[in-house]
Amino acid sequence: MKYMMFVCTDSEPDTDTAELPDIHTWVAENDARGRRLDGDQLAATSAATTVRVRNGELLVCDGPFTETKEVIVGYDLLECADLDEAIEIARTHPMAREGRIELRPFFSPRG
Amino acid sequence: MADVTNADVDAAAAVSAVGKDAFARIVATLIRVTGDWTLAEDCAQEALTLALERWPKDGVPANPGGWLMTAARNRAIDVLRRVSTERRKLRELAALALTDPGPATARKEDVVDDRLRLIFTCCHPALRLEARVALTLRTICGVPTADIARAFLISESTMTRRLTRAKTKIADAGIPYRVPAGPALAERLPGVLAVLYLLFTRGYDAGGEPAFADEAIRLVRLLEQLMPDQPEISALQALFLFQHSRRDARRDADGNLLTLDRQDRSRWDHAAIAEGLAVLARTRQDGPYALQARIAACHATAASADATDWRAIATWYDELARIQPSPVIELNRAVAHGYAHGPAAGLALLAAARAGGALDDYPPAVAAEADLTARHGDRDRAAALFRQAADLSHVETERRALLDRADRLGS
Repeated sequence: MKYMMFVCTDSEPDTDTAELPDIHTWVAENDARGRRLDGDQLAATSAATTVRVRNGELLVCDGPFTETKEVIVGYDLLECADLDEAIEIARTHPMAREGRIELRPFFSPRG
Repeated sequence: MADVTNADVDAAAAVSAVGKDAFARIVATLIRVTGDWTLAEDCAQEALTLALERWPKDGVPANPGGWLMTAARNRAIDVLRRVSTERRKLRELAALALTDPGPATARKEDVVDDRLRLIFTCCHPALRLEARVALTLRTICGVPTADIARAFLISESTMTRRLTRAKTKIADAGIPYRVPAGPALAERLPGVLAVLYLLFTRGYDAGGEPAFADEAIRLVRLLEQLMPDQPEISALQALFLFQHSRRDARRDADGNLLTLDRQDRSRWDHAAIAEGLAVLARTRQDGPYALQARIAACHATAASADATDWRAIATWYDELARIQPSPVIELNRAVAHGYAHGPAAGLALLAAARAGGALDDYPPAVAAEADLTARHGDRDRAAALFRQAADLSHVETERRALLDRADRLGS
């Protein structure tokens, strides 16, 4: 199964002082095992632009800026046997402690 | 309408006796083979219905569990035949070993694994807690959706939607149908036990559904049988047995809840207590449930309320508060110290427990303060506190018991 792993900030990061896992090791290991297909960091939300079309009119604006401090700062595309494997990968990402990780499976039509 | 014959009555008794145990096995096995939760439940249900129809005429089969499994499997094959894309599942269903799934063979690897798999999947942390409890009741215990809905105070259609949403999440999110292995098992087991605990309290609480307590005990026994080396499972079983032993003594003739000191101890189920003590004696480690069970054992073995070993209970609560701190445990700890070391000691600990404000609207916290205050000698303040606790309570029998205590202090 494919999972999109959204790497997010969180208003209440981990208070444990143990050393954080190294992100480069995390990437290298999961790439080597074929469980991470792609991934990257995103620029700050100050660089974001919102696009809408309403009644044929293009509406472009700066943002979105929300009050919340919980924003997506990166993503990784995972290929896993099931949710438990995806959770095992997510838990070792440094941002699982500094922020939080959201796992979303790809849509698959029922058959 | 046909007359009800003795054969009908015998058959109905046989179906309900075998059905409870068979339901989880059938559902668990059919889910493993077909991956279709609704199909599995429907076929298990239809097998039970068919048994009610056939057994009065043909007699109860020699191997009722095997008969039900065969009937459910055949029904699943019928349903899947209509869907041409399901050939692989059909082959696997046809190949299902239809040996006796009765209690005598319960330790057979495949049968055992299926039910454990079902329990761990229903209790997966990626599902909402309320969905875990409802799914456990529906798929493992076979409780009808309408009964679950009534206990959760929601409509049947809302409960049906909630169950469907949970099953859809299992399929879409890729929640595995598997017992976690290695260190993951230790991480996931407490979540499973928490669901059973919630199920039990749903049955045990004032205004709850009493049958759920029996289901919780049945499940914890099954879990202990399937995973005999997990001390917290045995401890939870002991805890349930101690609490359940008081089921006939907990209310007065009018249905009011009675506190431990006012219960007729001769009406406690002493066989259940003896079983709980035997189970607990085998449990060496002291996890949260073992500590709660040891506390419950102190109450269960006291000849009278006055003979309760409150010092021991206070010590167990100190330990419990250390490994699993929570406002409710701090509250119970304060009560225990109030009996072991006097009301002043209890009031001091209770003030600390309530400092965070988490217990402000919790009737038992206010009632405990009322009780300690009464024993400390301030009857007027105690009566006012009992009335305050009664105002906070939403359970009529509990409310009446609290008002009764306030009145007795006032006179």
